[in-house]
Formats: sequence, structure tokens, C-alpha cells
Amino acid sequence: MPSIKEHTLHISASTDELERIRHFVADHAGKFGFDEGDINDITLAVDEACTNIIKHAYEWKTGKPIHIQLAMRGNEMLVSIIDEGKSFDPAGYKMPSMQDQLNQKKRSGYGILLIRKLMDHVEYRKRNSRNEIRMTKKR
Amino acid sequence: MSKFEIRKRSRSEVTILDIYGELDAHTAPILEKELQQLIESKFVHIVVNGSGLEYISSAGLGVFMAYIEDIRSQDGDIKISSLKPKVFNVFDLLGFPTLYDIVENEEKAVDRFK
Repeated sequence: MPSIKEHTLHISASTDELERIRHFVADHAGKFGFDEGDINDITLAVDEACTNIIKHAYEWKTGKPIHIQLAMRGNEMLVSIIDEGKSFDPAGYKMPSMQDQLNQKKRSGYGILLIRKLMDHVEYRKRNSRNEIRMTKKR
Repeated sequence: MSKFEIRKRSRSEVTILDIYGELDAHTAPILEKELQQLIESKFVHIVVNGSGLEYISSAGLGVFMAYIEDIRSQDGDIKISSLKPKVFNVFDLLGFPTLYDIVENEEKAVDRFK
């Protein structure tokens, strides 16, 4: 049974907090032994997930809770991010086409695409009023 | 809190925006405001020199996407230069190099307007 180390950060939903979130993730990913490229990938994926929560789940209402937990399990990092806002339906997500986005002057929809490209596995869970995004990345 | 700064200068008909720091959902409105002002003033030949850019998320990339069509419809363009490899990687992941001129240095970016 591999040992599990966990680190948790509780923040209130605000873009003010994004830098602190990135520092938290990069610091622990580095200590876990990820190389610089992987640290950048995990940090960006968590930023994108939290930005989506701030924008879409909480619709820019500040002060709402976001819980971030990092767990090191074997050679893998598990990231869990929990919010209590509007839930995201992954089945309803349509992969954006760059040219369509440009034509329509749209600027969002890329966070999820990036998360999927940056992490090894991504899943969404909903339990009562809590939404969770779980992502993993192997070292 | 994320830090981001823009310094603006001109090279003949081209406006150069030197950008520094971290471009995320918190700081993206700063770049957005600058681009809006340039479009309103009809300064639509723009080079964004990203040599000082340490980080970008999709919120930052979204600003480029939101204004590029307005700028191109006025016969202008945004050329992007001098990105650090880790920042270029994010542009590349979303396919930006097929739709934007992204070049190694500012000289080349300015030359693309000639």
C-alpha cells in the first residue's frame, strides 16, 4: 500500500487568489519530484479549473468556498477541487473550434480543453450541493 | 495577487506592447483595456512583445481572441513575439500558431507589417 501525502488549501472564490493557488500547487508538485514541464502543466490545469468555478459555478460572486486538495499516491498526483456553485455538465460541453470562436469573438471554453490536454485523467462528480473535479497526473 | 504590467512604445507605424508578469483571469482586463483603447484610436498595427511574460492561462489567450477580428477588419493585426518556451507551449496547445503570427523576436514581428 503506497503512502499518501495530502495537502489542502481553502480559499474564497476570487481571481485575487489565483496566484496563491498556483504557488501552492507548484510548490507541492515540485516537492513531489515532478519536472518543470509537469509542474507548469498541473499548475495551469488547477488555475483553469478554479477560474471556471469563479466564472461559471459562482458567476463572479466572491467569498464562496473553493477547496483544493493535492494527494500524492505512488507516482501519481491526484488533484481534487470542490465548490458549492452551479454544477458543470461535461456531457453538454462542445469542444470549441478556434475559427468559430474567432468569428463569434468568443473567448471562453478553452479552460476545459486545456485541462484535458494537460492532465492524464479528468472526471467530474456531483454530490448533493458539492461539485468536484478530480484530475490526475503521473510523474 | 498576480502581477502584470504593460509598457507601450512606437516603432514607426507599429505600436509595441511590452508585457510583463502573469496574464490570468485577474490581470486579463488590463490587456483588454489597452487593446480597446488602441482600436478606438485606430492604432491597429500591434506587436505584443512577450519576453517578460512569465505565465498565461486561457483567460489571457481569450483577450487576443476577442479583439483580433476587430483589428483585422481595420486592416491591422496583432503579431506576437519573443515568448518564453513555457508560455509559447500554452499558445501552441490551443492551436494559436495557425491563426496568429507568432515569431521569435520583435524585429521579425515589425517586419511582418512591411
